Amino acid sequence: MGVATYIKDEKDAVKEVILQSGIKIKPVYTPKDLEEVGFKYEEDLGDPGEFPFTRAIHPLGYRSRVWTVRQYTGFGTPLETNNRFKLMISHGQTGLNVAFDLPTQMGYDSDHPMAEGEVGRVGMAVDSLEDFQIAFEGIRLDKIGTGLTINAIASVMLAMYQAVAEHYGYKKTEISATPQNDILKEMIGRGAWIYPVEPSVRLIGDTIEYSVKELPKCNPVSVCGYHIRESGCTPAQEIAYAFLIAFAYIEEVKRRGYEPEEFVGRFTFNLNIYGNLWENVAKFRAARKLWARLLRERYKVKDKRALFLRGIFGGGGSGMTKQQPENNIIRGAYYALTAALSGAQTTALCSFDEAYTIPTPRAALLSLRTFQILMEEIGLRDTVDPLGGSYFIETLTKQMEEKILEEMEKVEKIGGMVEAVKSGYVQKEVARQAYEYERKLQKGEIVKVGVNKYTEGVDMEVELHPYDEKWAEEQIKRLHALKKRRDNKEVSRCLKELKKATEEGKNVMPYLVDACKAYATVGEMADVFREVFGEHKEPSIF
Amino acid sequence: MNGSRKIRVLIGKPGLDGHDRGAKVVAFALKDAGMEVIYTGLHQTVESIVNQALQEDVDVIGLSIMSGAHIPITRKLMDLLRREGLTDRLVLIGGVIPNKDIESLKAMGVDGVFPGGTYFDQIVEFIRANAFKKRLG
Repeated sequence: MGVATYIKDEKDAVKEVILQSGIKIKPVYTPKDLEEVGFKYEEDLGDPGEFPFTRAIHPLGYRSRVWTVRQYTGFGTPLETNNRFKLMISHGQTGLNVAFDLPTQMGYDSDHPMAEGEVGRVGMAVDSLEDFQIAFEGIRLDKIGTGLTINAIASVMLAMYQAVAEHYGYKKTEISATPQNDILKEMIGRGAWIYPVEPSVRLIGDTIEYSVKELPKCNPVSVCGYHIRESGCTPAQEIAYAFLIAFAYIEEVKRRGYEPEEFVGRFTFNLNIYGNLWENVAKFRAARKLWARLLRERYKVKDKRALFLRGIFGGGGSGMTKQQPENNIIRGAYYALTAALSGAQTTALCSFDEAYTIPTPRAALLSLRTFQILMEEIGLRDTVDPLGGSYFIETLTKQMEEKILEEMEKVEKIGGMVEAVKSGYVQKEVARQAYEYERKLQKGEIVKVGVNKYTEGVDMEVELHPYDEKWAEEQIKRLHALKKRRDNKEVSRCLKELKKATEEGKNVMPYLVDACKAYATVGEMADVFREVFGEHKEPSIF
Repeated sequence: MNGSRKIRVLIGKPGLDGHDRGAKVVAFALKDAGMEVIYTGLHQTVESIVNQALQEDVDVIGLSIMSGAHIPITRKLMDLLRREGLTDRLVLIGGVIPNKDIESLKAMGVDGVFPGGTYFDQIVEFIRANAFKKRLG
């Protein structure tokens, strides 16, 4: 996925290269190309660490600070997850990234009929604070940053994270959580939505507002171009849509009387890497520059640090193939190289067995080692923005910038991202692209090694991450025991308060923290929102 | 019921899994092949999928399942189809389906299994050859 289209002549010479974003690559670049695109060092690049941050957000790049590796982890029961966290930390991982199972992501308790067969399957099952207590036991929550891959009920999980930290004696001012908390991209690409568009965006506003006031080290939103790209959009659209989603959240908080300057520095991005190396490097450089420029122009943000495009750049599930899975080890290494050449501050890699299963310990460790080899053996720490100044890369970065702006304009013409998601415009655009790609692949116009070319050979056996039915039984048993043991009067009181606050349009976060501390379940809290907000209906795109 | 009318296909996404790229891409391919396609959207129960199949009077029911739960979901689907008297509809299963499970699915009465990566032409031809034939008996 994500490879360019190559047009060749009868002698197999490449005549034309067309990147997915629609830009044609020339065979040779010279200073004339820079002239043609109007390249100016001060305006387009600036030194690393200086506006517009095209080259890097820090002056010394990886020399001053190597990237944070945050592999996606979370399996079955909270206890298993805790063991895996400790294992990855002992191997040198510097941040956590929690995977939740689908019932948790969808706001169902483990004993709900919709949860059947899914408890603990694609991540950790969380029903109550008790599960977080087990999962984070012995982890220094004042030292380690934690990504929480949850969206529709990110507000609940952020409250739960504060509750568990306080349970273990940490202050809310010293914890660092990054809930994914990007519901618009769920509606475009990943599908784990619950509530309608507007109340969903309101909940995100609540988490941002609450973080500004109460959780100084938390990053309340991670805007995900990543999943939209996984669903089929081009790299230019990935950035364009991510920025427009971020603007939608900015508007929601601005409406409450805050200046973007106060909170936008907390936004992080989750962006994808797979496919053409050059297109990706140019994409990240253009994105850093555009983000800084747009925040300055549209939202009058002045603080330098608030203009940084920060985030996790990693990849790239869609690049990985089911056929000849060992090839994915090689692909992963090149995606990691791309991340390093793009100046990623935080990174993660899909494992070679990703097309089959959630990563096995062996595969997850191999991804971690890939990053360590790049930084400590190959020389990616030596100098900042090593491709800066290349005639080709600088031309492409300028062209990519234009493409991103073009794609943004299309959506802004129809009223911005909230409207585009409600009408299904973006969903349709993304699905169309996915279809076009698939057709080209099936016709052989796009090459994927081991899939539609060089297919001979024997596939290695992939060990599957086992799914144990016992996890669900154990989890449900603990849930039922908890419901008997807890102070149920206090739970009802907290849920009533939560409902009232939700109806009255108050910020729900303090009420969620109280409910979590009383051991209200995830399903109980999510149901309060279901009652008040109702559920999202997908617009038809066919 | 003859060849002059369009084949009607329902594409369903049962369960909590939200990965619908495959389902949507196949929907586009079948539409381009001249079929009428109805897509259920995400997070459906098997009951609601069968209900829609009945109401929309479709010839073909295709489920896309990526979560690993294809065996219990398909079993439930086939039971419900029997109960509703829809045994003359062509049933197709797609998604992440390990080879070892294809035979089990067919033994339950599934007509065609098309794991991720199947070429569109293969699915289109299969439907064209079998949809009306099965319905006319």
